[in-house]
Amino acid sequence: MNLILLFLSAAIVNNFVLTRFLGICPFIGVSRKLESAVSMGIAVTFVLTLSSAVSYMVYTFFLVPLNMQYLHIIAFIVIIAALVQVVEMFLKKSSPTLYSAMGVYLPLITTNCAIIGAVLINMNEGFNFIESVVHAAGAGLGFLLAIVIFAGLRERIERSDVPQAFRGFPIALVAAGLMSIAFLGFSGLI
Amino acid sequence: MSYITRYLKRGIISENPIFVQAIALCPALAVSGTVFNGLGMGLATAFVLLLTNVLISALRGFIPQKARIPCFVVIIAGAVTAVNMLIEAFIPVLHANLGIFLPLIAVNCIVLARGESFAFKNGLVRSAFDALGMGLGFTIAMVMLSAIREILGFGTLFRDTALVITLPEAFPQTILFILPPGAFITLGVLMAALRYVAAKRKLKNEEVPQS
Repeated sequence: MNLILLFLSAAIVNNFVLTRFLGICPFIGVSRKLESAVSMGIAVTFVLTLSSAVSYMVYTFFLVPLNMQYLHIIAFIVIIAALVQVVEMFLKKSSPTLYSAMGVYLPLITTNCAIIGAVLINMNEGFNFIESVVHAAGAGLGFLLAIVIFAGLRERIERSDVPQAFRGFPIALVAAGLMSIAFLGFSGLI
Repeated sequence: MSYITRYLKRGIISENPIFVQAIALCPALAVSGTVFNGLGMGLATAFVLLLTNVLISALRGFIPQKARIPCFVVIIAGAVTAVNMLIEAFIPVLHANLGIFLPLIAVNCIVLARGESFAFKNGLVRSAFDALGMGLGFTIAMVMLSAIREILGFGTLFRDTALVITLPEAFPQTILFILPPGAFITLGVLMAALRYVAAKRKLKNEEVPQS
């Protein structure tokens, strides 16, 4: 039951994009088209879950016994960069169609703060292995949900008559703000 | 020495990281609730940027072209670790307020982008001034954004510091501006306002030579 609550809390109540402000760059940058938003969301969810699992193991079984917790930032970044590289190579070999859909977004994920943000939250909250993975999966799906809804909104904004000064980023930010108000409604849920 | 003013002007106005390039929005939105947090985040990022730009520029003869991105990432993460520990030791309140956004400077797009596009190709002094310009641009944007949010949301300015100014009771406090939606909306409107002013000025400058 606790795990379900943790999952829902990461996905909806504390939505990574709209309440925690993690992963704003891809959220604004790759949400012009619905298809690319879906690919980006899936890629982020996948890498997020995988890197949370690996980071947990490296932190617990290497950094803590060696008393080198202060190196966690460097360790996590190197883990995420390496994982993204491995996933990219694996996809290229095993599934060229998936690679062409997701491939261009993978390198961008290395500097996506949602990934390392989730890993740092797992560490700060002292989650165990299962909790870390569930939290990361929830966070990733929350990101997917937010970016897909937002891409739908932006496709309609593109076709409307926006004042010159608001075109592009400003109107996207205001739209994200309105979406964030809607997500505030979930805050009493858990 | 004219490049100094040129770099500073570029970082603060014509290529401002937040208002013009719209990068590094995560920290800009997340820790701009009060001027104290906004200024702290701005200065911490500016300091990391100065450190990494100088280091990358100094080491550019040793970093192999093909493995440059991993090298940059390790240099940046090292600098962020140092700054994180310094702030934890000397300004624990700021460390607690900024939370995970302090270690997240390591994945801040501005820092990596300046290393890749500027410091790796230019000399040490030039890279330092480029970092100063971009860092100041980021800090100024953070202070503007957080001042607006703090005044509208809390009805104060510089709270959590000794200089705190409280506005009269009659001033309405709109809690929305402190909540996450307020961050998005304030930044969007501020960005549009600055664009409007820039477009007006450009129009004026173009008209002058003709007349």
